[in-house]
Amino acid sequence: MIETQNLTKIFYDRKRGQIRAVDGVNFRCQPGRIFGLLGANGAGKTTCLRLLATILQPTEGTARVAGFDICKQPEQVRANVGFMATTTALYPRLTAREIVEYFGRLNGLDPRRLRQRIDELFTTFAIHEFADRRCDKLSTGMQQKVSVARTLIHDPPVMIFDEPTVGLDVMTARTIMDFIRSCRDRGKTVIFSTHVMVEAEKLCDTIAIIHEGKILAEGTLAELRARYARQDLEDIFVHVVEGTA
Amino acid sequence: MLDTLRDRRTLISMIVVPLLLMPGLVVGMASLSLKLVQRAQQQVATIMILGAEHAPAAVAHIRQAKGFEVVPAASDYAQRISEKKLRAAVEFPTGFEQALASDQQPTVKLYHYAGEMRSQFAVRNLERLLNEYRDEVVAKRLASRQLSPDVLQPFDTAEENVAPPEKVGGSIFGGLIPYIIILLSLTGAMYPAIDLTAGEKERGTIETILASPVARSELVFGKFLTVMTASVATAILSLASLVATYMLTPKSFAQMGRGGASFQIAISGKGVAAVLLMILPVAVMFAAALLAIALLARSFKEAQSYISPLTIVVVLPAVASLLPGIELDARLAFIPILNVSLVSKEILTGTYHWNYIGLIFASSCIYAAAALFIAVRAFQRESVLFRT
Repeated sequence: MIETQNLTKIFYDRKRGQIRAVDGVNFRCQPGRIFGLLGANGAGKTTCLRLLATILQPTEGTARVAGFDICKQPEQVRANVGFMATTTALYPRLTAREIVEYFGRLNGLDPRRLRQRIDELFTTFAIHEFADRRCDKLSTGMQQKVSVARTLIHDPPVMIFDEPTVGLDVMTARTIMDFIRSCRDRGKTVIFSTHVMVEAEKLCDTIAIIHEGKILAEGTLAELRARYARQDLEDIFVHVVEGTA
Repeated sequence: MLDTLRDRRTLISMIVVPLLLMPGLVVGMASLSLKLVQRAQQQVATIMILGAEHAPAAVAHIRQAKGFEVVPAASDYAQRISEKKLRAAVEFPTGFEQALASDQQPTVKLYHYAGEMRSQFAVRNLERLLNEYRDEVVAKRLASRQLSPDVLQPFDTAEENVAPPEKVGGSIFGGLIPYIIILLSLTGAMYPAIDLTAGEKERGTIETILASPVARSELVFGKFLTVMTASVATAILSLASLVATYMLTPKSFAQMGRGGASFQIAISGKGVAAVLLMILPVAVMFAAALLAIALLARSFKEAQSYISPLTIVVVLPAVASLLPGIELDARLAFIPILNVSLVSKEILTGTYHWNYIGLIFASSCIYAAAALFIAVRAFQRESVLFRT
């Protein structure tokens, strides 16, 4: 469960002055549903997700993730969140197994449970065959799988994905999307960001359109279609964004 | 930490360099300097004798000596000496022999190239020969007055070194060893520190680690410990290889000592252990400071450009302690790095000024703690972690 309350993040740039990357954002994500943040580049999606993962600290407002406050209990939040982004790379000189083990230990898993989890995950994602190869020797697809295993090692109830399929080929992208769906089916709270309309249409139960740090529209696909009298998500998006211009 | 050890570059700088460099440096430098000096001494020096007709006896004495090639007298001797074509020239004034016979004091001029080693050798040789001739003349004069040469030597002097061997050895190496250890603990820490901060940013792994339930301060500590381990390992390995070199080839050390005289070097193990202890807080300070500075960089190369000037900043105080005349006092005791160098020099000569030792250790620890604090704060600032 994710609940934001007037979540705001202001950056100070010497040339451009104050930048309200995330501006008074309020939304709620329910477990067992996929919440999508839809927006153009620079809209504030990544910042918003980083705030939820406690990688950044909000300037104003707060949020509750898995029952913990991101400002007051960041470590508990992180213990209950799996964060995956294009910027969450792997350590190239460690093997797949070593990385997943390391993060498992960081999350406080005891050795026996850790071994169990690794076994489960490696079997589910077919990692066993390259488990002991160094990460810089793995293909992108293999690296993605290891990244996923790393994110899931502590079986977190909340999953945060930042543009998960950017730069991936069709097959790997599908694997990721299937994986996101399976997270939802297992009752996790899932939030992810994208600017690819097709992806949002296929995956999301709830969509929020974000632009210049503010949420301009929120609802299920059906609700949005009815509200804006358009079928295509892209049309809806453009209408909503340009409506405020 | 496993990641760091795996990195080949770290391995090389941490293990290979100290193990090979140390013995290489010591043996290499010693034998090289010895060879050069010997060669210069043995070379036949070209000299010129001016006014030879005024002092046939002196000139004969010079000519019978080996190691000189006398070229015919010419007036451009000054130019040839400065161009190193001629090593030296000796000039006898007109009426030299007559002046000698009538107990006057003529001056024999020696022309040379000041500071140029071979010219100096030639001059020294010439002086030696002239002194021999002078002694002959003196002996003749005394004899003609029925005096014995002993009249000129009323008493004898004898030198005796009373400082115990460890003080002598310590004085020479006391300055060198702490300097080496300090420098090595800095260089050993540099690469891992950069790799663990700017390197993480470059690889994209910084967010991955930030998303794990580890507190920021714990994160800094882990990195700090890794850097410390690398730094300490480098210093210890270098020291060990230095010791091993000394034990295997004691002569090369003696040759490096001043004057080339060989003497026993006995450096106590206790002294070395004490020095290592004193340097420990300095190593902590280095590790923390390097982490904080490298974190400011966005990439490996940028980090290196911030950190390279640091080597100079660290080397200066360490070298200053090698200068003669810089002794430990209350003021210098507060300057980081310099204070540790100076007190280490004293410890290795067996002098334990406990009040200074305590003071310096305490101040080093304070500096170390301050550096650590800064490093932790740096890791908590988003603007530093996510510099774009």
